[in-house]
Amino acid sequence: MALSAQQIPRWFSSVQLSSFITATQLGKHFQRPGKTLSHGFAAQPQMSSDNCFLRWGFKTYRTSSLWNSSQSTDSSRQEITSSQSALLPSINEQTQKTQKTRNFDSELSLEALDDLPPLSPLQPVSEEEAIQIIADPPLPPDTFTLRDYVDHSETLQKLVLLGVDLSKIEKHPDAANLLLRLDFEKDIKQILMFLKDLGLEDNQLGTYLTKNYAIFSEDLENLKTRVAYLQSKNFSKAHITQMVRNAPFLLSFSVERLDNRLGFFQKELELSVKKTRDLIVRLPRLLTGSLEPVKENMKVYRLELGFKHNEIQHMITQVPKMLTANKRKLTETFDYVHNVMSVPHHLIVRFPQVFNTRLFKIKERHLFLTYLGRAQYDPTKLNYISLDKLVSLPDEIFCEEIAKASVQDFEKFLKTL
Amino acid sequence: MVGFLSCISMLPCPTLSTCSDRIDLVSFTFVYSGVNAGKAPAPEQRVRFLLGPTEGSEEKALTLTATSVPALANHPLVCGPAVTSLKIGVGHRLDAQASGVLVLGVGHGCSLLTDMYNAHLTKDYTVRGLLGKATDDFCEDGRLVEKSTYGVPRRNCFYLGVYEPLENVLRMLSSDHVTREKLDRILAVIQGSHQKALVMYSNLDLQTQEAYDMAVRGLIRPMNKSPMLITGIRCLHFAPPEFLLEVRCMHETQKQLRKLVHEIGLELKTTAVCSQVRRTRDGFFTLDDALLRTRWDLHSIQDAIQAAAPRVAAELEKSLRPGPGAPAAPQP
Repeated sequence: MALSAQQIPRWFSSVQLSSFITATQLGKHFQRPGKTLSHGFAAQPQMSSDNCFLRWGFKTYRTSSLWNSSQSTDSSRQEITSSQSALLPSINEQTQKTQKTRNFDSELSLEALDDLPPLSPLQPVSEEEAIQIIADPPLPPDTFTLRDYVDHSETLQKLVLLGVDLSKIEKHPDAANLLLRLDFEKDIKQILMFLKDLGLEDNQLGTYLTKNYAIFSEDLENLKTRVAYLQSKNFSKAHITQMVRNAPFLLSFSVERLDNRLGFFQKELELSVKKTRDLIVRLPRLLTGSLEPVKENMKVYRLELGFKHNEIQHMITQVPKMLTANKRKLTETFDYVHNVMSVPHHLIVRFPQVFNTRLFKIKERHLFLTYLGRAQYDPTKLNYISLDKLVSLPDEIFCEEIAKASVQDFEKFLKTL
Repeated sequence: MVGFLSCISMLPCPTLSTCSDRIDLVSFTFVYSGVNAGKAPAPEQRVRFLLGPTEGSEEKALTLTATSVPALANHPLVCGPAVTSLKIGVGHRLDAQASGVLVLGVGHGCSLLTDMYNAHLTKDYTVRGLLGKATDDFCEDGRLVEKSTYGVPRRNCFYLGVYEPLENVLRMLSSDHVTREKLDRILAVIQGSHQKALVMYSNLDLQTQEAYDMAVRGLIRPMNKSPMLITGIRCLHFAPPEFLLEVRCMHETQKQLRKLVHEIGLELKTTAVCSQVRRTRDGFFTLDDALLRTRWDLHSIQDAIQAAAPRVAAELEKSLRPGPGAPAAPQP
């Protein structure tokens, strides 16, 4: 149906409205080019969404109009419609009030429309109509940032208030589309309640969801099954909360995958069940990360660095991070500690913290102690300095107690390196 | 952040190829976090005109009311951090195996770096050498090319091994042990030859009175491109096999300094490698201005910039001012 541009006033309407304007109304009201859609919705001059077109010259509105169903953000607009309709209930009332009888004869309107003179933007308009012109710019149909949608979407607003970092999520386009399509009341609330039952605090929900936004696409039943599985493996509730907090992707792993991973660690490390459990609780990203670096590191410890299996077990229970450390850094640190500082294997096993510190720190402190003549790492001799005191203490305490010098001397020495 | 950063003292890092990689690694993430952790702006509001029924009227007449609605479009959680990149430039390069003072420019200070370069100021280095070895890249951990003796006092008889290279035999025959006097003599020769080159490259006519005065005071230096020039070199410490030199030079690279150590070894009729190159002064930035790794945070850097700013301005103004008379007159 070709309707001429001028007379059909654009009302803000929801999708369901589809009544027609009377000829009298057409006579009175003129289509003004300035009258745009509120928030990008083509208020059809009451056409249902399938009789698509309105042949105006206003191509901009066409792109954002509802009846172009090939748009990607169609459903986003529907979602926004529902939120908007909540915000502005009075508009609907207004349009309903001005809708004339439903039993309108379409043909009559068409004929009447064809005869009317073209509309001009300078024509005066009534006060009522003037009020109802909403001149907000239309929402972009697709964009690369969620900033354009955040003020129009209740879901996004509530997520921002929770503390979710949308700037990180919008880097993954699928995630952003997912979030736009979700409804806060129906989908998100349930998962948030579930996470709160699990023990996550309100202020931790934001960071959690920023990392694992995909949890919204998980089924609630699956999540409950996975938690039940972990509980069946004798992880306490507090432990599970801690694990979920430190490894956000844990709940996105199926029961089978979790089982495989736990089995892998049990077999590979050959620790007792309780010790494996403690290890996993301390470093839950072992379960969510890749297993290849762990296998590599085990080989490095055994073959390249020459530790025995029970020594490796002891070190790992003390410092679980060693399993996922960078291979090159491990070898460099070990090379320096063993060859330059002449620390034997059994001492390194007692203090595995050296593998967790930056190499330059070890170098600086060792060189300072050598300069002072205090670099003695043999426990059988006098003035013994243990490796963990060497690496773990902060600078001030290290200088005062171990090196027996002032921090300024240490800094002066560092400048001579 | 705008301004000229003063310098950083760092340990040699042999794993990275250039010092610019090192800077990227450091990459001033702490600076971003410091800058972005500034006070958060007050939550924005925007005005929306909402249709609503007029109050107190029976009819369903509509009117627009202006309401201030909180807007989240510019919230930091929606836009991301305000500062994501910072322009950082490096003054004179420092090798991966070298350490010491490295001058960096931040933001608008990068343009000052060019001015610093054009001022052609000298730099101070301490160079540690080791007698008795020669390697292919003149560093201690390079591929060994030859070994030699250096300081054991010779007796009249010596043991001639079958596989002893001929050069070594000749060296053993001809060299006395390497002494401090020999080293000093060689360093004086080097300094003399470089002095001549200094005058030549500075394009000064030494017949004029001003140029002569400046030459007497030792203030001549070239103000355009030139090969490495050593304005001063002396031995601080000599304990064979180690020796410590202080070198004052310009237009150098650390590799050329290591080659210098190698050549000194050859002049001494033995071999030497360089074990440490450390820059102690770059222009007017000394080790005292340098920021240690523990001080790499926003406030220390800001303080350092502010402290250095007057000196930078004064020095650059002095060097850019044209000198009296001489055509390409360098300023001290």
